[in-house]
Amino acid sequence: MTNDTTKTAYNEKLEEISTRVLAGGAEKYHQKLEEQGKLFVRERLRLLFDEGQYVEDGKFANCEADDLPADGVVTATGKIDGQTVCVMANDSTVKAGSWGARTVEKIIRIQETAEKLRVPLLYLVDSAGARITDQLEMFPNRRGAGRIFHNQVRLSGMIPQVCLLFGPSAAGGAYIPAFCDIVIMVEGNASMYLGSPRMAEKVIGEKVTLEEMGGARMHCTVSGCGDVLVENEEQAIVEARRYLSYFPANHEAPSKHTKAKDAKEGRSLEEIIPENQNAPFDMYEAIDQLVDENSLFEIKRLFAAEVITTLARIDGRPVGIIANQPKVKGGVLFVDSADKVTKFITLCDAFSIPLLFLADVPGFMIGTKVERQGIIRHGAKLIMAMSSATVPKISVIVRKAYGAGLYAMAGPAFEPDVCIALPTAQIAVMGPEAAVNAVYSNKIEAITDPKEKIAYIKEKHEEYKEEIDIYKMASELIIDEIVAPHSLRSVLATRFAYYETKEIKKTSRKHPVYPV
Amino acid sequence: MQEVKAAMAGTIFSVDVKVGDEVKKGQVVIILESMKMEIPLEAEVDGTVTSINGTEGDFVNEEDVLVTIQS
Repeated sequence: MTNDTTKTAYNEKLEEISTRVLAGGAEKYHQKLEEQGKLFVRERLRLLFDEGQYVEDGKFANCEADDLPADGVVTATGKIDGQTVCVMANDSTVKAGSWGARTVEKIIRIQETAEKLRVPLLYLVDSAGARITDQLEMFPNRRGAGRIFHNQVRLSGMIPQVCLLFGPSAAGGAYIPAFCDIVIMVEGNASMYLGSPRMAEKVIGEKVTLEEMGGARMHCTVSGCGDVLVENEEQAIVEARRYLSYFPANHEAPSKHTKAKDAKEGRSLEEIIPENQNAPFDMYEAIDQLVDENSLFEIKRLFAAEVITTLARIDGRPVGIIANQPKVKGGVLFVDSADKVTKFITLCDAFSIPLLFLADVPGFMIGTKVERQGIIRHGAKLIMAMSSATVPKISVIVRKAYGAGLYAMAGPAFEPDVCIALPTAQIAVMGPEAAVNAVYSNKIEAITDPKEKIAYIKEKHEEYKEEIDIYKMASELIIDEIVAPHSLRSVLATRFAYYETKEIKKTSRKHPVYPV
Repeated sequence: MQEVKAAMAGTIFSVDVKVGDEVKKGQVVIILESMKMEIPLEAEVDGTVTSINGTEGDFVNEEDVLVTIQS
């Protein structure tokens, strides 16, 4: 019931200004949003938060200017699945979501709030970048835009930082997604670039479209700057909420377990995994038999598909899976695969999500092309990340694990909590064909009779296979356990439960020297 | 139209289609051998094979166009 005593002139003024602020920019910019298939910032927030409820700070920023409601950014605190989260969300109806002095101050303050509350921070980005006319106030100083990135780096690994990219994130602004744990991009609207196509044409003479320069699909398939490609904003919000369900509120908060579910119905691992080491199969089908049904949240599905990095649940417990994909490029590791796995391992390790490695890997790629790209330092980067991870690690040798591939997939030397082999496992410096060639090439060439030559090679192959027999490896305590494929899921569930109390030792060292 | 390109450097292990064949999305059209592994290359569209570049045993570089499919 309305109480007349609350109807005062000052309340009317508050109401009037609030209404103006909440409406955002001019009508024509709202129409533009609609044409682009975009939602107004406050509609995005309504969809993001539980019951659409949130509180907002700095709503009246720049309210004395006519055309800068909230100074183009909403900074809010609300709940997602009952978990408190903080959000910064650009309003592209206000000067294209560009950053003025108060915009930057508001972003810095919501970062400080998330830090104090120790809760996840989401960045809903849709911004043209700096207001060049305001640069002295917003760009170079101690609490200028640079501070946003400095804060992101400080918060990295302390609280989850998630970017939903709804529109452009241009020039310096492109570093917001770059410093987030994960970037969800809306196809067709999201873009990231340091220099726009117009600038590229003027400065370096290159003529390209926006999509070629920095479109969502390009970043999710080629550059690796994007992690999840979605069709529309609603889907981006659903995915962001789902992503957070795997993560604790901060690096010291307890992990989130859900109710256990059975694995998806399907063929047994015995049927899925071919015994012929060189034959391809689809690792996704194998993963489905190991995890709770519908529990995957895959990161970088479209990028470096020769390796799969996905969050999942086994018996309701979140795990991070790194799996070679024999169906794509033979599961060989490349420069991009190393980037993909490194980021994923550091993400899971930071938030105490245990790691499961499913190895079926012929090794790192060889040849001039990859050597020139620095495959060795990229491989070293991956191995350092894996080696430094202190969360529970289970290494499963599914089939082959050759050369540095064994190392990359948390082989025995890298202190996995257990190294399990399936009976189809084969661990070696290299495969039988390559090894016999390397060791006996002079002898093979000296044999002139073709039949004799084939027989000799076959004999050496057999000898080699005996040498690397998986029971011999188990007998020598190189691997800890051999498991029938169909029982792997229950073995993993049991062991991950045992490893929950694993002690994480901190060293006095500041950090290793990253080989990037 | 789709150009099926070599996913990585290697040799052609088998060509599984002929010019004029109708192919379905997801069908394996060529298999490479590289790093001792068989690397299947799939059609990404439904359509007709209009050209094939290379035969079994040929060395190919990453990104070489091996098969074109008209959808």
